[in-house]
Amino acid sequence: MSLIETLARMEAVAAGRARPRCTVRHRHLSESPLVLVPLTTAGEAGAPLGALVGTDREKPALLAVPQPRNRDLRFAFLAELAETVLPYVDGFADAVEWEERKETDPETGKKVPVQVELCADAPQLIVPSAAGVEYVRLLGRSMRFRRTAEQDPEAPHPAPPHVPLLGRWLTHFGERARVPGASLLLPMTGLLARHWATGQSVLEDQHLGALLAWIDPPPGRSGQEAAEFAESARDADGQLRCPPAGPATDPAFDNRLLAPATARYDAGLPGAEEELRALLEGQLRPTWDAVWRGIDLLRALPEGARVADRWKRDRWSYTAHRDRVRAGEPPQPRRDDAVTAAQKLAARETAQAQLDAQEALDDPLVMAGRRLAGEAFEGTVTAVEMAMSEGKRPMPRPLVTLRTADGPLLSGGVKLYRPLADGRTQPAEFVAYAPDEPDVLVVRLTGGMGRGRTPEPGSVPEPADPVCWTLFEHAPRGGPELPDSEDIPWTHGGPPSATSDTPPETADPVTAEDFL
Amino acid sequence: MTALQDPPPTAAGARDADPSVAAAAATDAILRDTLHGSRRGVVVDSPPGAGKSTLVVRAARELAAAGRPLMIVAQTNAQVDDLVLRLAEKDPELPVGRLHSSEPGAFDPALAELPAVRTSAKIADLAGLDVVVSTAAKWAYTKVEEPWRHAIVDEAYQMRSDALLSVAGLFERALFVGDPGQLDPFSVVGAEQWAGLTYDPSASAVSTLLAHNPDLPQHRLPVSWRLPASAAPLVSAAFYPYTPFRSGTGPGERRLAFGVPGDGSGVDRVLDEAAESGWGLLELPARRTPRTDPEAVRAVALVVRRLLDRGGAASGEHAPEPTPLTAARIAVGTAHRDQAAAVRAALAELGVSDVTVDTANRLQGREFDVTVVLHPLSGRPDATAFHLETGRLCVLASRHRHACIVVCRAGVADLLDEHPSTEPVSLGVTVKFPDGWEANHAVLAHLQEHRVGWRP
Amino acid sequence: MNVFRDSRAVATGPEAGQALPSSSLRQRLSELRGPGVRPRSLDARALAALAANPGCRRRALLDGAGVDKGALAGALGSPAAYGQSQFAFVRGNAFEARVKADGGAELLRLVRERLDPESPPPEPEGPGAAAAPDLSAAGPEGRAARTALALREATAAGGWTLLDHPMLAVDVAGSPAYVEPDAVVVHPDGSWTVVEIKSFPMIDGSADAAKVGAAARQAAVYVLALEPVAAHAAAHTGRTVRVRDRVLLVCPKDFSNLPTAAAVDVRKQLSTTRRQLGRLTRVEEIAAALPEGTTFDLRMADDGKTPTRPAQELAAAVEAVGAAYAPECLAACELAFHCRKQARREGAVEALGRGVRGELGGLHTIEEVLAAARPGGRAGDGGGDPTGPDDPAVLALRRAAALRAEALAAAAVPQAPAEEPPVPRATAEEPGVPHPRAEEA
Repeated sequence: MSLIETLARMEAVAAGRARPRCTVRHRHLSESPLVLVPLTTAGEAGAPLGALVGTDREKPALLAVPQPRNRDLRFAFLAELAETVLPYVDGFADAVEWEERKETDPETGKKVPVQVELCADAPQLIVPSAAGVEYVRLLGRSMRFRRTAEQDPEAPHPAPPHVPLLGRWLTHFGERARVPGASLLLPMTGLLARHWATGQSVLEDQHLGALLAWIDPPPGRSGQEAAEFAESARDADGQLRCPPAGPATDPAFDNRLLAPATARYDAGLPGAEEELRALLEGQLRPTWDAVWRGIDLLRALPEGARVADRWKRDRWSYTAHRDRVRAGEPPQPRRDDAVTAAQKLAARETAQAQLDAQEALDDPLVMAGRRLAGEAFEGTVTAVEMAMSEGKRPMPRPLVTLRTADGPLLSGGVKLYRPLADGRTQPAEFVAYAPDEPDVLVVRLTGGMGRGRTPEPGSVPEPADPVCWTLFEHAPRGGPELPDSEDIPWTHGGPPSATSDTPPETADPVTAEDFL
Repeated sequence: MTALQDPPPTAAGARDADPSVAAAAATDAILRDTLHGSRRGVVVDSPPGAGKSTLVVRAARELAAAGRPLMIVAQTNAQVDDLVLRLAEKDPELPVGRLHSSEPGAFDPALAELPAVRTSAKIADLAGLDVVVSTAAKWAYTKVEEPWRHAIVDEAYQMRSDALLSVAGLFERALFVGDPGQLDPFSVVGAEQWAGLTYDPSASAVSTLLAHNPDLPQHRLPVSWRLPASAAPLVSAAFYPYTPFRSGTGPGERRLAFGVPGDGSGVDRVLDEAAESGWGLLELPARRTPRTDPEAVRAVALVVRRLLDRGGAASGEHAPEPTPLTAARIAVGTAHRDQAAAVRAALAELGVSDVTVDTANRLQGREFDVTVVLHPLSGRPDATAFHLETGRLCVLASRHRHACIVVCRAGVADLLDEHPSTEPVSLGVTVKFPDGWEANHAVLAHLQEHRVGWRP
Repeated sequence: MNVFRDSRAVATGPEAGQALPSSSLRQRLSELRGPGVRPRSLDARALAALAANPGCRRRALLDGAGVDKGALAGALGSPAAYGQSQFAFVRGNAFEARVKADGGAELLRLVRERLDPESPPPEPEGPGAAAAPDLSAAGPEGRAARTALALREATAAGGWTLLDHPMLAVDVAGSPAYVEPDAVVVHPDGSWTVVEIKSFPMIDGSADAAKVGAAARQAAVYVLALEPVAAHAAAHTGRTVRVRDRVLLVCPKDFSNLPTAAAVDVRKQLSTTRRQLGRLTRVEEIAAALPEGTTFDLRMADDGKTPTRPAQELAAAVEAVGAAYAPECLAACELAFHCRKQARREGAVEALGRGVRGELGGLHTIEEVLAAARPGGRAGDGGGDPTGPDDPAVLALRRAAALRAEALAAAAVPQAPAEEPPVPRATAEEPGVPHPRAEEA
């Protein structure tokens, strides 16, 4: 944890409520996000128990599996989930903008500009916690290889229509969620913890109820009291007053309430299903409300200037998957091949660097942390000396002297970057510290001043101007091109055909007693 | 198996043989496989100071001499420049190309002085040269009509699997050389989802290579010419438990002595201990401190000051006459950059300049007579994965030809014992040995035998 | 499964070759539990707590003495939140039964396939068939002795043998603690493999790394416990006996209940656990430092579950030995809520996470840190530590506080965001346009 965040947490302890970590909101929030609060059955992988889902905070759809060991009931749940989620996801597919992109012309081999579709907006799924994101991924994996009767009339235990398609979409959201800054699928705990520092640890922040208790404690209570109540207060029956945000349930709920209710359902008692649904809703509803409360809190923060830029990448991601589905491509494979894995890693590293830079540029409080870490410095210009580069066509290379209290660790020639008012970045390099004055340093501007011998107006700071230079790039670029998947080199196993005749991904084997 | 585990093979058998003979035999076998072998790859493990660069230069020259042009992949621009300089030094006539990025100052200006070396940012300008050297990052953006028949990949253990993926199409076969004990490559974002896959993009290039080509010939250079007889056994046992190596010099062959007798202070006594035994631990009282612990930083600076003041002189197999220990032959190693900066400032206050002060990352591959190390765990409230990383300690403990002096606060053994052992385990991932926790214990136990208190 | 079926572990005759605990220590530990209270076994949870916080003296003493920390936490008014869902329990047991069905045929197939493909497979019946000896006996010592005998016989016989829930003893602070692996398999070559059966899935060949790590640490304890037994078996049978340091982890495959397995190398966990168990001897020294008469006895009422000892008295006893609380304890130790309460009351910086201490130097409490961060404020004296104004930690804190205050003042962040109505979505700007500071205010 950085010192500035440690300090913020300690301030929160002293204040009895969370303190800001950001001055703006660094994630896109959809005007109509789809909130999904899932519950799972203990001890089984991907066996859903229930869910609240929807875009209307007053009217969530309640989905329940009265007997999780019954495959048909599970499939019914998944079919219902698909009926709720897919129309929302598809709802963004047809409103498009046109963007120009360079593509290689197959005939000439040259890069030519083409007009391509970009969806004007994209779906956004919000789940309560990181475990919820993991669960979306798990559901995606469990569904996308299922076969419907239409796809394969011979399939044993065919899945209802749309279930495999939902699996592919959830898989896509789950993978996209691994990209730093991406916002197609977000956990509420992660969103809140990014923007507020509580008076508890990062581990305790994973509890949505406790986290909200610190950020917005009820009147007359400190964040700590409210958080402890949310974590562990139980009623006379031993049930948590603030049910866990899932997908795992509280064992006391399972043993004392759920198991007897399931037994009554199994015995075919009248009203047992309604009773079960009410029980599950009782567990789900507090979390549902908490997620929406979190959305309110976040909406009160102004959006960071570069958030829309990142959301546009999410829109690209959504559009690309829409196209793959439309083109009838098979579901995502179980494992990435060498090239896909390397591409994803490179893309995420680039996204991380971009996110770090953009958050700092959008938010003086984030920049303060980078300054403290010696990765940026802010100061006041004390002198500007005009100088020119050597060579055939001398270019302006002014020397800027500034005074800063930030104390960055710099060595000669280190590259520096400064945001200009028009959004461009001006490159520079560190020259030297002033003799005997470690807080005075000289920087040489190396670009961003136009093409002429005289710098463009406003491109060179003037004495008394405040300036902020970063040691990190503002728009870091991605890695090099990788070979095609068909051309994997011998060091990485060779082309796919050479290693094995991998058949296309098949459905998971289904056994009669899959579900005990 | 644990009850009756096979002991790791010791170098005892080789101990009797002349180290140069053992090293020459290893080199010959490597070159034979490289020049005449039938396999597409050859892997060479090289412990610290075992002559990796010499091997790379020799293999490159022999391939070139056999009429087989080659490309060389290194990881940093400094490594590339260093290799080009070494090639030119050995063979000033050898046509060498230095492929570099188009940024100004992309390569060492000294290369421009070399008659047979051509530098360019475009591969077409370097066509037809015997050897072309560049970084993995630059090669990754290079396109060629025909792949090279040969390549040498240097520092292959520090190269990431995905970096190898982007350059492996440029060559048909390659010699991979590196030190498995140094710092591993890493990723700033999570890569757990690929853990256990043979081609995990965040793993080292060598682990991917060997996972897909398990029967490639693997060699290892068996002799460290840098580390003295006092250091090789410890570094070998602590960091290379399954691939031991030995020192090229015997006990007493390297000597360090001071013209000025010690004044009885802790600093002078630790210098004497290190001169005598090759190791010294200057132990400060236990205390939780910030990273730039002023007392420890000052102690490091004082040790360096006294090393210079007491007229240190080193002698060894190449120079039987004592050579003065100058500032250029001393280095200070730290874990963090701010610690290095604090030590530099403290040295400047004591009027010392020209001593290299840097982090483990930047000391990789370098060599000095005496090193002074601020222990990564000194004064810390807890051990972290960063501070426990085996490679970090290995780099710091293996840069010296004569002696290594570690400055540390007491209590590190307890700190290690109190470190939670809750590491996740990914299925299918080969466990890397040694473990940083264990290696730290091993080094610490050894240092305890050379412990000198800060205050007598 | 990690369910310990027999928690009536009694500290009687230690295994041959193990250090004899001093009778005074045993006496002292028994006093700490209270008269007639049996010691708890070293179960999976105790191992998890040890791994999560090996440096905690309170945990070391309580686990070393076999005190029931769950009951203690309850009596202190900060009960632990652990429990197992009966759904998970039923599913786990059914899976284990399935894995071991047909005399363990499937389990042995997996062991052979993943660890020992060179050995011939067991015959379906006849002399080459796998053995599955009965291990039942009275009490944990009896079962441990029966297990040792069965292992010896199986090793001498030279075929495949499956030991279902064997009982093993491991030395903890000088007393034997009993542990029960899911299975141990004896190979025809005389080597032994520990088998762990878990109910979390392996999906596409990978599994939750945190859970696999916990399973590996648990398995390492079993391997350690088998080592002295192996030495005896080797002496008796004249065969080379080795306990394999690769264990077999069996889990449900994907979303089915079909078993699949992976070999897990536990050499690292072995070396760590060996050293940690070795350090448990510190219990003697910790116990010796306690005030006379300290006990954690709950003085259970006749119903055996209602503690009658006043919570304050218990709290004082617990207080007598220092804890090293960290938030990680919450997931590993029954006493964690109590220790957290105490750490928070003291304002210990660790309550915010172990990681925060790195840059705080000699500052130990939140109050000290906040005081040091105030301009011109005085650092806490931390016992005469040089945390004066020139201390790097204090300087960095002041700088951090100043930078934070400056940024917050410039932005004027709403302090109580919930009290304001949600603002409409900011109009989308062109990407890449920096947000001028003035607009952020």
